[in-house]
Amino acid sequence: MKTFAIGGVHPPENKFAEKQPIEWLPPSGTVAIPISQHLGVPAKPVVTKGDKVRVGQLIARGEAFISAHIHASVSGTVSKIDSITDTSGYRRQAILIDVDGDDWMESIDRDQTLISDCSLDAPEIVKKVHEMGIVGLGGATFPSHVKLNVPQGKKASYLIINGVECEPCLTADHRIMLERGEEMLVGITIQMRALGVEKAIIGIENNKPDAITHLTELARKYPGITVEPLKVKYPQGAEKQLIKALVDREVPSGKLPIEVGCVVHNVGTSLAVYEAVQKNKPLIERVVTVTGVSVKKPSNFMVRLGTPVSALIEAAGGMPEDTGKVINGGPMMGKALNDLGAPVTKGTSGILLFTQEETPRLPELNCVRCAKCLTVCPMGLEPYLLAVLADKRRLEECEEERIMDCMECGSCLYICPSGRPLLDQIRVGKNLVGKMIRERSS
Amino acid sequence: MNEVINEITILSVVSLGAIGGVAAIILYLVAQKFKVIEDPRIDTVEELLPGANCGGCGLAGCRALAEAIVRAESLEGINCPPGGNAAMQDIAKAMGWEAGEQTPMIAVLRCSGSRESAPPKVRYEGAMTCAFAHSLFSGEAGCPYGCLGCGDCVRACAFDAMYMDHKTGLPVILDDKCVACGACVKACPRDIIEMRKKGKKDRRIFVSCINMEKGGVARKNCKVACIGCGKCVKECKFDAISLENFLAYIDYEKCTLCRKCPPVCPTNAIHELNFPPRKPKVEKEENKVEA
Repeated sequence: MKTFAIGGVHPPENKFAEKQPIEWLPPSGTVAIPISQHLGVPAKPVVTKGDKVRVGQLIARGEAFISAHIHASVSGTVSKIDSITDTSGYRRQAILIDVDGDDWMESIDRDQTLISDCSLDAPEIVKKVHEMGIVGLGGATFPSHVKLNVPQGKKASYLIINGVECEPCLTADHRIMLERGEEMLVGITIQMRALGVEKAIIGIENNKPDAITHLTELARKYPGITVEPLKVKYPQGAEKQLIKALVDREVPSGKLPIEVGCVVHNVGTSLAVYEAVQKNKPLIERVVTVTGVSVKKPSNFMVRLGTPVSALIEAAGGMPEDTGKVINGGPMMGKALNDLGAPVTKGTSGILLFTQEETPRLPELNCVRCAKCLTVCPMGLEPYLLAVLADKRRLEECEEERIMDCMECGSCLYICPSGRPLLDQIRVGKNLVGKMIRERSS
Repeated sequence: MNEVINEITILSVVSLGAIGGVAAIILYLVAQKFKVIEDPRIDTVEELLPGANCGGCGLAGCRALAEAIVRAESLEGINCPPGGNAAMQDIAKAMGWEAGEQTPMIAVLRCSGSRESAPPKVRYEGAMTCAFAHSLFSGEAGCPYGCLGCGDCVRACAFDAMYMDHKTGLPVILDDKCVACGACVKACPRDIIEMRKKGKKDRRIFVSCINMEKGGVARKNCKVACIGCGKCVKECKFDAISLENFLAYIDYEKCTLCRKCPPVCPTNAIHELNFPPRKPKVEKEENKVEA
């Protein structure tokens, strides 16, 4: 069975919500929709206080090339445009809407029947995806229309669909593959047409045998799409690792996957593309896993964007007494929240409730030179060295040691027996080196 | 036998002496050819500098500053913060120039969000460095401008002039040790520390807050935040206080240290340091300010 070549760790899987079907969570109260839910320039609000909006209505326009439109996820009245604490941990601009009923735009087809024929050509598909504000739902939230637009002089040969879900605890993608498989496959054919590729590979780790059998069965009807089971190893869901595992190509340092003829999309994104192109539905909701050891009802919710995290925890049986930390995202790459009123955004794949016993970090000890961090780094870096160089602000050396190749998967931090804050220091270094590079080029 | 030894000794002395002589001539010629004429004044000036290599002058170290001074025409625009006036006077004398009077500066912490006045809402467990904490979240108390309390400034200080007060969670600057080199200013990711005029008898008045959020928002997170009410601006007769983005700022060039503004501040955000106690009428407020 295939997997990527170097590094990787095996954290306990803890997929408690694996068997829980996706549950629809009705909107209520007030939702706060941040204007920056994607990578790139924040969108500009096009509504003002007091405006009545309907579900699916454009409320903020992403004007820059790397930006995305934002649509109302609920119907109601815009109560204010103000800064709220979001998942970034800072106060940022958001559009607050008081929910009133559930009145959708007429243009959106809410019928559940599958429409598998698509007559649009490539530029029309990209335009549609842009209009509907689709971004990568794996977590990085890179605007999808940019990815579907193959730059001149480059040619894509593979569309890779990421169904790996290598983060422990998360089950959102798993449930999408099981419950919305057919729609997702249509979404993949649409993406294939936009890119002009003949082959699409869905990579799924073999801890999800039900999804592998289900999709292999369905994919027979769709020419060009194959399902490839992968050996379980974190971080297989990272773009470069997944390409290496599936087609054995290596993306050069600092380059994008298109350099080796690949485009990677998440399964959730494929479903969103299907809904956008075939049903005219903007990205206004997503599947979020709410889970944890002592959570009463670990669940997968279909949530409207902007719903506060606290509402999700409430719906999963309330906050357990022994909660020590609430994480936005997966346990490896996610980030602790500092305000439970933070809204679900396009990049929220899971809400994890860690118990007090699970949360504390190991006490920080000296590096024992065991080199475990080197062994597990999937990018072949030397985390212990990068951490020290970054801490001492020796930025030129950091750059030489390829600090910018670090994708912050956290494997080094996970494996370190001395509890050293390797990733924390590397992140500081990455920030500073990035700044240095930008200054140099400007 | 003895003759042979004598011969060898003489031969080696002569041959090694000859090699030494030739090498000396080559070395002399090379030294003449590549001679670096260094201004002897550089050494003189360097000896007059404190030798801390703190970088406070903006150059790589004391030697670099000495070179810059010798290259320059006058002492204008050149400043050695740790050396202060005394060092600059000595250097001016050595160089035969006039030394202008320098204003002594000192680092000032513009945040007073202690654990008590800005109670933490969450607990930070990441790496104990402000640079990282700053990239993660607004802070334990929720103020996105306030001190994170991880002590990057204390670690940056080469003069032992700062320490972390673990009770308040804020760094403390020691007046007598701070030489205004500016290392802490550069280390702080939130630009909380400012270089201000040391003032007559070390007396200073400043707004101890840099929060630019609306008053209500700032106040929610911190009891001693500047809420931008503008009372101090009205009180100031010297036009030294400006209000921008809900934040008052006292211009130390214009401030006459008249002590009119601290009592009018509703949140005690204006601090006065090293002043004698106020008259009994307002002493109660004064204590609060100092606390």
